[in-house]
Formats: sequence, C-alpha cells, structure tokens
Amino acid sequence: MKNALIVALIAAAATVLAAQTPSPAPRVVEIGAKRFDFTPNVVKLTKDEPVTIRFTSADRAHGLFVKALDIDLDANPGKPSEITVTPHEAGTFAAICDHYCGSGHGNMKMTFVVE
Amino acid sequence: MKRSIDRRTFMRISAASIGAGALLHFMPLGSTASGLTLRNLLGRRNGESPGPFSIVQLSDTHVGFQGPPDPLGTKAFERAVDAVNALDPQPDLILFTGDLTHDSDDPAEHARRFASFQSIADRLRVKKRMHVPGEHDAALDGGNLFREHFGETHYSFDHRGVHFVALDNVSAGKPIVGAGQIAWLKKDLARFPKTAPIVVFTHRPLFDLKPEWEWFTRDGDQVMNVLAPYDAVTVLYGHIHRPHHATMGTARHHAARSLIFAFPDPATTAEKKPIPFDQSQPFHNLGIREIDGNGARHTISVNDVELTSREISGTEGIQQIIRQGESL
Repeated sequence: MKNALIVALIAAAATVLAAQTPSPAPRVVEIGAKRFDFTPNVVKLTKDEPVTIRFTSADRAHGLFVKALDIDLDANPGKPSEITVTPHEAGTFAAICDHYCGSGHGNMKMTFVVE
Repeated sequence: MKRSIDRRTFMRISAASIGAGALLHFMPLGSTASGLTLRNLLGRRNGESPGPFSIVQLSDTHVGFQGPPDPLGTKAFERAVDAVNALDPQPDLILFTGDLTHDSDDPAEHARRFASFQSIADRLRVKKRMHVPGEHDAALDGGNLFREHFGETHYSFDHRGVHFVALDNVSAGKPIVGAGQIAWLKKDLARFPKTAPIVVFTHRPLFDLKPEWEWFTRDGDQVMNVLAPYDAVTVLYGHIHRPHHATMGTARHHAARSLIFAFPDPATTAEKKPIPFDQSQPFHNLGIREIDGNGARHTISVNDVELTSREISGTEGIQQIIRQGESL
C-alpha cells in the first residue's frame, strides 16, 4: 500500500513537471543584409515548425519582407530585429528588401523554402 | 526636325501599338443634373469652365542612368519631348510619374541629374507640368532634392472639371503612402461629390501587381478604399516600365512605358531583368501615353504610343538615335 502511494506521488509529480516544462525554443535563423545581398540567400524552413528569424544589417537600412510568411522586418547597423513565425504552407517564397537602398535594390532578394 | 502629329495620326499610331507616353483627352461636363452641379461647383472654385482637353503622361526617364541594358541615356526622353512638341493641338498638361532621375550616392551628382532632367523637360512647349517622385528620386534622401526642384511630393489641383491627386509612395524609403497622407487624401476628397472625375497619379502601382518584383504599395488597399466611393477614378502610374491596364471596382489603373528601358511581363518571365537592347528597334517598348477624357460620360481613354514609330522619328533602326550627327 505504502509503495503504491509512493509510485502514485512520483507519477503525479512527473505529470506536473512535464506540464511546466517549456516547449523547446524555436530554431533561430540569422539573416544578414548589405547592399544588395542577403546572406544566406536561401533558407529552408519546416512546415508547421516555429522559427525565429533574426535580421541584421551591415551597412544601412534594409527590409526583409515576404507577405505569404508574415515576415516583415527592418534592420539598421547595430539595430537588428526578429520575428517568430510558423509556416503552414509548403512551397518556395521570394523575400525582398522593401527599404530602398540604392540602384541595385530592385534585385535584392532571397528565397525561403518550406518543406 | 519639324513634324506635326495631329490627334488622328496619333490615335492611328497607338492603334498600331508602336510605342511613346500617354495623352488623355477630357470633354466638358455634360447636361446631367450631377454634371451641371459639379460644373458649377468647379467653376466657382477655380474660376474656369470645364472643357475638353488632353494630357500626356511621361514616366521613368531615369536621367543619369548609364550602361546595360541599353546605351540610350536621355535619348528616348529627348525623342519623347520632340514627339510631344509635335502634337497639334498641344496637350494642356504633362504628368511625370516618377523616377525622373537615377539616384546617386553622391548628393551633388544626384542634384546635377535633377538639373539635367529640368533642362530637357524645359524644351517642352507645354509649360504646365506636374511631377511625383519615384524611389530613385526620393527614397535615399526622403524627397529633399525632389522638393527643392518641384515642391511637395503630394498635392492636388483641379483642371477643367477634373480633380488631380498626386500621391507619394516612395519617399518614406518603403513602398508606402502612410497614414498621414491617407488622412490628407480623405480630407481633400471630402470636398467633392461622388460623381467628380478623379485622376490619381503616383509612381508605384496601388495594388499587388507583382510584390516579389516590388510592384506594389503596401498600403495601396487603404488608398483605394478611400477612393472607392467615387464613380470615376483613374490611376496613372509608372515604375514597372511596361504598359499595364487593370480595372478594380470603379477605378481603372494604367501603367505607362518607361523612357529608359523596359521590363518583361512577369506572367511569362521568372527573373526581373530588363529586356535587352535591340539596335534594330532602339526605342522598342519605350513610349508616351496620351489620355482622352469625357467628363460628361466620366470616361477616360488611354492611348499608348511607342517611340519606335517611323512617323514620330522620321527614320528606322539605329538611325533613330544616331541621326543628326549624334553618336551612342
């Protein structure tokens, strides 16, 4: 009887602990911008898995925008930004710099591949 | 070369789809009750009677741009000036829809490009010219150089019964109009009945034409919501370097050709790369737009004309840009 009680208490404690354990932090993906490139320029994401995008700039104001993935970030040198998103649709999505940064700006883009 | 192009010839050229800018014609407000009310309102406000007129749209001259994909420099712009000067009768008004200059990291060099644009535009016989900035004019300095040359980046005015609104969707650095300008637009339009013909001119498209190529305005839907109650809205824009026409609700959107180089159709091309220069047709895909309007019927027709027209240039092929002793 005593042993059964101990087992029950241990099981209950384990349940409570499990409930209080935070889920793993989202994977962090670093994306750097400089005129007129993103590094890396292809990033693979996993469908239905949260991911944190951390965006930095090496030279001036840049944007990272892809409407379909709800990614909308701005960065200046020394002022990074980040967002956590969960892509729910597989596919290939083009991201653009949407903060005009000079005459090569029109082709400053990268790709997210969600699998 | 002195050459006169009457409206009939211009229309025939545009029907043949050969390429140079835009000419809009407007007819007087008619005898309907709303038309007469509006005519009286605008007459009192502006001291002028609404009447038929035409306008020309020129876009994306990119003065200062050099190098691939073509060696034209300002030659297409200068040829367009000649073509517009040859129109008989002359249009009332010319609208420039942005990217007048190509940007430079050197502010002094960019200022020289604005001055060069002005010196070419000053050859136009039409002296009433209105401008909005493109990102190459205004996104790096918040529009300061543009304002020095042309005044505010957004404004409105009336011309013979049509209300014109200039919108700036570039100088914030992002493709955005912004809450302040949208509030201004609401206040500006509140003075008019819903039947008032309205022409909005801006640089970027006010809808998601191709966001992956940055052919959009992030808050364009908010702008169009403000315009939605009005019966006759025409939006003229540039930026995409190719003609495009779309109707959404009561608004019709028209993109003009550029005067520097053309972009391909994104529906059939994956990469955003300029169309290669063709020596046999140096002005191919570059052009002028003529716009005809009828205030009585609240309709506006758009006629695009390519600069490759022999009737405009007087010659063909590479000779169109190296004639008169010119060289590339």
